[in-house]
Amino acid sequence: MSKPKTPIHFTVDGKKCQAFLGQTILQAAKDNGVYIPALCRWEGFEPAGACRVCTVRVAGRTMAACTQPVTEGMAVENNVPDLQDMRKSLIEMLFVEGNHMCPTCEKSGNCELQALAYRFQMLVPRFPFQFPARKVEAAGKKILLEHNRCIKCLRCVRGVRTRDNKAVFGALRRSRDKEITVDQALAAALPEKQARQAMDRCPVGSILRKEVGFVVPIGKRKYDKEPIGSDVEKAKD
Amino acid sequence: MPSKGLIASIIDRHRRDRTRLIDILRDIQAKSGFISPEAVADVAAGLGLSTVEVEGVATFYHFFSSRTAGTYAVYLNDSIVSVMKGRAAVAAAFEKAAGCAFGETTRDGRIGLHRTSCIGMNDQEPSALINGVVFTNLTPAKAKIIVEGMKAGMDVPAMVAVTGDGANASKLVRAMVKNNIRKGGPVIFAPFRVGAAVKKAVRMTPEDVIAEIKKSNLLGRGGAGFPTGLKWEFCRRENGEAHYVVCNSDEGEPGTFKDRVILTECPQLLFEGMAVAGYAVGAKEGVLYLRGEYAYLKPYLEKTLADLRKKNILGKKIAGKAGFSFDITIKLGAGAYVCGEESALLQSAQGERGEPRARPPFPVQSGYLFHPTTVNNVETLCMAARILEKGADWFKALGTPRSAGTKVLSVSGDCKKPGVYEIAFGLTVRKLLEMAGGLDAQAVQVGGPSGNCISRGQFDRAIAFEDLATGGSIIVIGPGRDLFEVVHNFMEFFVEESCGWCVPCRAGNPLLLRKLEKIMSGKGTPSDITEIETWGKTIKAMSRCGLGQTSPNPILTTIENFREMYEAKVDRGNSFLPEFDLAESVKAASAVTGQKYAAHAPEKARE
Repeated sequence: MSKPKTPIHFTVDGKKCQAFLGQTILQAAKDNGVYIPALCRWEGFEPAGACRVCTVRVAGRTMAACTQPVTEGMAVENNVPDLQDMRKSLIEMLFVEGNHMCPTCEKSGNCELQALAYRFQMLVPRFPFQFPARKVEAAGKKILLEHNRCIKCLRCVRGVRTRDNKAVFGALRRSRDKEITVDQALAAALPEKQARQAMDRCPVGSILRKEVGFVVPIGKRKYDKEPIGSDVEKAKD
Repeated sequence: MPSKGLIASIIDRHRRDRTRLIDILRDIQAKSGFISPEAVADVAAGLGLSTVEVEGVATFYHFFSSRTAGTYAVYLNDSIVSVMKGRAAVAAAFEKAAGCAFGETTRDGRIGLHRTSCIGMNDQEPSALINGVVFTNLTPAKAKIIVEGMKAGMDVPAMVAVTGDGANASKLVRAMVKNNIRKGGPVIFAPFRVGAAVKKAVRMTPEDVIAEIKKSNLLGRGGAGFPTGLKWEFCRRENGEAHYVVCNSDEGEPGTFKDRVILTECPQLLFEGMAVAGYAVGAKEGVLYLRGEYAYLKPYLEKTLADLRKKNILGKKIAGKAGFSFDITIKLGAGAYVCGEESALLQSAQGERGEPRARPPFPVQSGYLFHPTTVNNVETLCMAARILEKGADWFKALGTPRSAGTKVLSVSGDCKKPGVYEIAFGLTVRKLLEMAGGLDAQAVQVGGPSGNCISRGQFDRAIAFEDLATGGSIIVIGPGRDLFEVVHNFMEFFVEESCGWCVPCRAGNPLLLRKLEKIMSGKGTPSDITEIETWGKTIKAMSRCGLGQTSPNPILTTIENFREMYEAKVDRGNSFLPEFDLAESVKAASAVTGQKYAAHAPEKARE
């Protein structure tokens, strides 16, 4: 906390903002009350740049706000129609890539994918549904993996590790066949707090802690009352 | 299945080194024909990893398999030029003789038939890799003979009866591969006296070496065209415990094979280029990342390295220069196009899944083992060596003012003389087609699938960074070919080779492919052309690395240059056509309910 911070100045859609050298565009925007939508990001994890929903444009070049450091004088385009539409199409791609049935999902109301779809006012995806055949891995003692809902944001791969630093989750294969997998032996040995965290950090209803469903009733969940991003926008003015 | 002892000895041989996980898995795959869950668990335990980490790597690469790939594992290239040259008949012959289909292994586990992406033999297609040995110019008759050999238990290298030209015939290579050097040039394919570059470099300061490369205007030959001297300067300036030189020998762009020829005929020039780079950036170690498909060259390249050590071009106190030591190790890939992307290559060289890194930080800041690294293409490093030997001014006099020097092109497809051409930048496509005997082409794919498909009206454009920039893949598409088939083949390739990390590339490319298939099937309307263009632009703008940023190009450049082809294929009288046939789709249900569905009722009929 005591390290000297170099203040720098930048703008988002013309709004004057201040940041510190070393911050990413996304962090810096947040500190200035500007919400840049993002899906794979989790504060404290190495940013992955996987979902690309936070893509912004600087000097005509598109880049992920979660990985790009902010620099002095940077003029960031964020809430502009063509970018917003491309972001929305990424959300739609995720909806058609998997099998997402919100009404039956444990995560409904707490789901960041669903919340972003609402924020972007998605009605029906512009892309044809792929209806992939995916499985549910329910054999584990503590963790259930619902592959139909997985968006491969890699939060679990990045953030859930054992005390001796072994990855509990991993990615298999590549391309559209990519799949998240869990080391069931390591998962079974996870302390309760970590198992719950794995579920809470999953942006969708793909990682579920067994036997604790629907603790918070529908209607009282995170995004039931306010769109995702409201907290950031309300923080300043 | 390999015994625990065997796996333990493999892990020990690689010093239980996590960064050598791919080498370990390669050895297990070679010994037992597949990587079993037990092997994964043993390797994980041996390296102190969780099983999912090992499994993640083992399932990422094309040449690793979790079920037996066959005692004889046949990987037949399915890239478009292979298709043009008769792949279908060769595949059928393999299937018939072996008694199993592609994607399968014979019941006795002896023969496995698999498809694979371009293996760098486009000038001698159809080609295949069998247990790592290259078979070129395949015909149905040859396929039959090969299968007979496999059934008789023959040694795969012994099936190579006639070897190719040049070093292909040497004892350590013994490959039927041909070099097909159709046009040599002054930079790459001219004679080279070993030591000419390194001995000159060590008499200069590293800064002066960089200045000379900068002065030459050498731009990276892998395709991106970044100034080499600048890259070296950035790398040298970075503080770090160690600096590295990595040579990108992972040419995976379908249609490119020039690095294979350079590696075969000019490895001394390349290794001297790496040593010069090492001297310039302050590196003691270099890594040659060799694509898995070219593993057959490894013993020969190792021998070349040993010779250079003897001549004191590598090793300690190189060319008598106190304090300058540099050596090179070879790292093999295992089949993944995306590893040609430099940060994915670095991940792979460290034994990880070949997934690109976030940039910044760039490799010059955080590269191999997260140390400052210059990653350069094979051809670029050769050129750097030659520039040291002959001088920046000599180099700059070749080519055009903005594109100095020569470029090695890999020409294949519908032309009489497929092969490698070292040309001066500025050459028109027409002149190249004249040389190669392909003037009647309807289209030329410049720069491979990720490049640009140009029409006859553009043949007077020049091959140069300021006009048609290319990593070197030139595919000639003759009259009578269905261009849609070419585009489709390329899109299937990108769908397959996406690493799957980011959404637009992983989820978007399959949607483009599906839309393309809709248009190809005659069920497209003008709105489908508009949509596929918009989607393609989104994928380009939103993707994380060069793969996704270029993967829509086969579609976008053909819509731009061959729009009439798309318009002729779509139904202009309709604003929308479903991609599926309703009656066909509900056939089973109709049979039960007795209800009939109209395929596509026009608006009026519904009123």
